[in-house]
Amino acid sequence: MRKGRLAAIVAAPMAVALLATGCGGGGGGASEDGVITVNTTEPENPLVPGNTTETGGGKVVDALFTGLMRYSPDDGTAQMAHAESITPSENNTKFTVKLKPDWTFHDGTPVTAENYVRAWNYNAYGPNGMSTESFFSNIQGYEQVTSEDPDGDDGPQQAPQPQAEQMSGLQVVDQNTFEVTLSEPFASFPITLGYSAFSPLPNSFFENKEAFEENPIGNGPFRFESREPNTDIRVRAFDEYKGDDKPSIRGVDFIVYNELEGAYQDVISGNLDFVEQVPPSALVDEKWRQDLGDRALEKKALLNTALDFPLYDQKYQDPKVRKAISLAINREEIAQQVFNGSRTPATGYVPEGLPGYETGACGEACEFNPERAKQLMSETNFQGPVTISSNADGGHKEWIDAVCGNIRNNLGLECGFNPVPTFSEFLTMHKEKAHTGPFRFGWVADYPSPETFLAKIYKTGASSNYKDYSNPAFDQKVNEANAASTVEEANALYREAEQILVEDMPSIPLFDQSAQAGHSERLTNVKVTPFRELDLASVRLTEQQ
Amino acid sequence: MGRYVLRRLLQLVPVFIGTTFIIYYLVWSLPGDPFAGKCGERPCPPAYIAEMTEKYNLDDPVIVQYFKYLGKLLTGDFGETYAGVEISELILNAYPITLRLALVALVFAAVIGIGAGILTGLRGKGIVDNMVLVSTLFLISLPVFVTGFLAQVYLGTEWGLIRPTVSSSAPLSELIVPGLVLGSLSMAYVARLTRTSIIENKNADYVRTAVAKGLPGNRVVGVHILRNSLIPVITFLGVELGVLMGGAIVTEGVFNIRGIGGLVFNAIVRQEGMTVTGIVTLLVIVYLIMNLLVDLLYAVLDPRIRYD
Repeated sequence: MRKGRLAAIVAAPMAVALLATGCGGGGGGASEDGVITVNTTEPENPLVPGNTTETGGGKVVDALFTGLMRYSPDDGTAQMAHAESITPSENNTKFTVKLKPDWTFHDGTPVTAENYVRAWNYNAYGPNGMSTESFFSNIQGYEQVTSEDPDGDDGPQQAPQPQAEQMSGLQVVDQNTFEVTLSEPFASFPITLGYSAFSPLPNSFFENKEAFEENPIGNGPFRFESREPNTDIRVRAFDEYKGDDKPSIRGVDFIVYNELEGAYQDVISGNLDFVEQVPPSALVDEKWRQDLGDRALEKKALLNTALDFPLYDQKYQDPKVRKAISLAINREEIAQQVFNGSRTPATGYVPEGLPGYETGACGEACEFNPERAKQLMSETNFQGPVTISSNADGGHKEWIDAVCGNIRNNLGLECGFNPVPTFSEFLTMHKEKAHTGPFRFGWVADYPSPETFLAKIYKTGASSNYKDYSNPAFDQKVNEANAASTVEEANALYREAEQILVEDMPSIPLFDQSAQAGHSERLTNVKVTPFRELDLASVRLTEQQ
Repeated sequence: MGRYVLRRLLQLVPVFIGTTFIIYYLVWSLPGDPFAGKCGERPCPPAYIAEMTEKYNLDDPVIVQYFKYLGKLLTGDFGETYAGVEISELILNAYPITLRLALVALVFAAVIGIGAGILTGLRGKGIVDNMVLVSTLFLISLPVFVTGFLAQVYLGTEWGLIRPTVSSSAPLSELIVPGLVLGSLSMAYVARLTRTSIIENKNADYVRTAVAKGLPGNRVVGVHILRNSLIPVITFLGVELGVLMGGAIVTEGVFNIRGIGGLVFNAIVRQEGMTVTGIVTLLVIVYLIMNLLVDLLYAVLDPRIRYD
């Protein structure tokens, strides 16, 4: 009998767990001294600034390159980085850029005005197929280096060869000076220049692109060390870096995680130093704050979510319908119950974290007021049902169901979630104008200016104006703001443009997002940027390490 | 025997072409433009899409695309991902890790499963039998991600006995817990399969004969009962290696193991048809070879089975 009982313990598979735990054990990462580990996802494109638009590759590119401007990790305001000065002409169409002298790339070659001009021309030139092409559309001569496909993307004809290879608006003056001429006035143009697509590229890039992709050479605070696909990307501090955001750490290992959950557990147990997002399961009941204690960080991020209307559909053309739906949504309750407070109710079309932004632009139109909603809706002929579309691969079902519940209860309309299987299918629907009801729209700032949240989405014919909104008064106001002589004046005018949107309500602002991040005990002075990245310049290792 | 093996090997060719074609076709005919989501919420420039379309021969009919792809594949060229990384390099990095993980899982499944099966099968009803039945039922009813997540949180984060995730080199010692999690389901099945099989054979005529001849107990059990009882178990384990290699997606996700599972999962999400097909091709080969090996093992276990 004794023997039998012993055997049973061995046989019961659960017991093996005890056996197995004898091996392994805590143990930190295999990093070198002064190197920190940060979670990332596998970059979707080669590590070239002009072709990187997603966050996985983006944070590596940001570490490797420094452009003319950079954004303050505290409030996101734009500051000079490699640029010594950017002087606008009187009407804000021509900008003279002076570079700080003696900067070098990681291969030792100097960073000159020529490197910027060549890189920008390369990124804008249509046939190169860079995904950031449209960022250069303000520059004079952009139309000449790109070409429209005569019969659309799906047609048999190829887009013709562009007329020119270089934009006429870029002129090198001397080694450290160049001039940018824009096709239209744009006072906030210098603010946009902190985006990584505007980084310079070394001459070796143009000589051998493939070799560059294997071993990217930047001019930033970190140089590329090694990359193992799907595993990690290692960068090390660049000792000759001249910028004032020189880091104190010796390097960063970006570790690829397939699941956020794993990265989060690793941060708690000290195997990873930083995770810039907390998995939804840990947000429930503020569990992440208990897990991480004072190592839990929260920061307003430049991200928002809205519900867009297909204005090409007869059904949604009456602004009263759109306003009534907006008034029927209890944003506060959804933010608390569905998002556990990780999102805040939107008070305007521009998220609150943006520099110079005042809250409350949307006013009463975005507040929960079921009586007023019902009353407004009764003045229209709208019958419903409302179907809200979103891609189903991004976890949007819960809040859309909650919004639908509000619409059902407060307006008495039928409402349902229409899941579109993948994000790419969802984008195809935008392009084909196939929506028959409101659809989710999320937007991340490319640079900290209200322009990115207004012009790119609501101007007539803008690249991401999927709802077909068109109001000449709004376009006019945005153009005025762009032409304003100072950034402050511009922001005031953007605010006026935003008021026009509140009147028309082509889309309903719903939530602003904040970033929840966590770090290990090895790090101190940890700052999360409004772009949800770790600020590598200020982070330090604790003494005992 | 030789002819049998040859015939089986030749059969692999149409199966191989058929499966890879179906996978290729399915992946590339997923609705939605595979490049539409590449540039965030903004549309991608047409030139970018045109370049990608040309690079992956997307303007050709699927069948032409497939043969172009197959032609390259036969010369060992698996193509590149959208990020410009050689797929063969990705597979080469990931395959050994997944194989190691699958083998750890298989060893657990075999050793513990067969052990528990023998114990309970020979002994018959009793406390041991009940315990094994209950614990296997428990394991079968738990989804792998629950077991994995519990192991990660308790053994890893709470008690600090293991690393919550596996480091990039994935040494064997770190794969023990993930392997156990991955193999837990097969372990339960193997235990039950062995138990039933032994109980069946215990009363077979040849066993009674062997006992009647006065053979020692060890020999009756080891040579007569076990050899025959293991045939279904071996079949199961053989196929299971293939399943474990392909099905490690969840376990690899939880423990962040840089194996095939995570690779294929990401490739499906990003609609990287080339990567998916390349990996599935290899998985198909593993399955086919394992099946062949299992069939050959039958003859070793039971001399009554002959090929030709």
